[in-house]
Amino acid sequence: MSDNRIDYYAAKKHAHDHGDHDHTPLDEHDDGGAPSEYEIMSRAMQELLEEKGIITAEQVRRRMEQFEEEFPYRGSRVVAKAWVDPQFRKRLLDDGKAACAEMGVDLEVDRLIAVENTPEVHNIIVCTLCSCYPRALLGMPPTWYKSRNYRSRVVFEPRAVLKEFGTELPEHVTVRVHDSNADMRYVVIPMRPEGTTDWNEEQLAEILTRDTLVGVTVPRVKT
Amino acid sequence: MTFASSKSAPRAQPSTYAPAPGHRFNVGDPVVVLRRFPPGHRRTPYYIRGKSGTIERICGAFRNPEELAYGFDGEPRKVLYRVRFLQKDVWPDYRGPAKDIIEMEIYEHWLAPAPGDMGVPHQNPG
Repeated sequence: MSDNRIDYYAAKKHAHDHGDHDHTPLDEHDDGGAPSEYEIMSRAMQELLEEKGIITAEQVRRRMEQFEEEFPYRGSRVVAKAWVDPQFRKRLLDDGKAACAEMGVDLEVDRLIAVENTPEVHNIIVCTLCSCYPRALLGMPPTWYKSRNYRSRVVFEPRAVLKEFGTELPEHVTVRVHDSNADMRYVVIPMRPEGTTDWNEEQLAEILTRDTLVGVTVPRVKT
Repeated sequence: MTFASSKSAPRAQPSTYAPAPGHRFNVGDPVVVLRRFPPGHRRTPYYIRGKSGTIERICGAFRNPEELAYGFDGEPRKVLYRVRFLQKDVWPDYRGPAKDIIEMEIYEHWLAPAPGDMGVPHQNPG
């Protein structure tokens, strides 16, 4: 790192010293290192956009809140509905974006492809190039989804990776890997487990966890 | 229905809401991914270049991400396909059943017609 880079956080701290409030600054850099180039750029970009009146800090905050508090629960609701409503399931498979829109879910992407697990086929999603993920349906991708380990291995040894997630598939089941490498986004419709016949959508949504919708595991009924 | 028994099944339909006028390939067509290594932002993973598969579906026409990445408008739009490959054709030492598959999105300008039927089933499960 060069010595003459802008010390953004120092500048902010200085400004605070003269403000009418007092608080402990966030300390994301526990290792004592400087913020990364990307953090500084991202911060500077947000401030510029705010100054130009294009976005507000409140909008950014709201967006982060949605990603953490709302989006992660949408996928479970959508797939639970597909489990109980065969017509909706068909529409979800035919045109995922339109089916989600029926439920008031705006995916904010061009297209969603739903793929269904059957007794013969197990689907699993990866983005080998980066971390493409149906964020408006599942929230932010988990760390493992973005890891080089998962991204590089699941395409050539999916069964070994699945096993590490506790998912062992018999040889007669075809493993169908989807590399989410361009403009589509994907969600898995798992098989509905036995013992859920009289469950309502809300109960079903609870076993449709994030990982089941990415395909690294399958929904299970606690016994 | 298994993939192995699906040869005579009806073909999937192209998307109705992301039209791809003048698309060069149809569902089930055997294709080969071009083995090229141009610099720049490319959405075609290295590991699939030079590999053969079949068109699984036509996704529609989208603004070209290879242009968008550099601030251009991405026009004219490019037709995007999903291509299905047999794992054993992608990884010669693949350790798993011969019927395991991998699918991904490939833009038309990265595809060429393959000499013949690659033996990759194109029917989707369900």
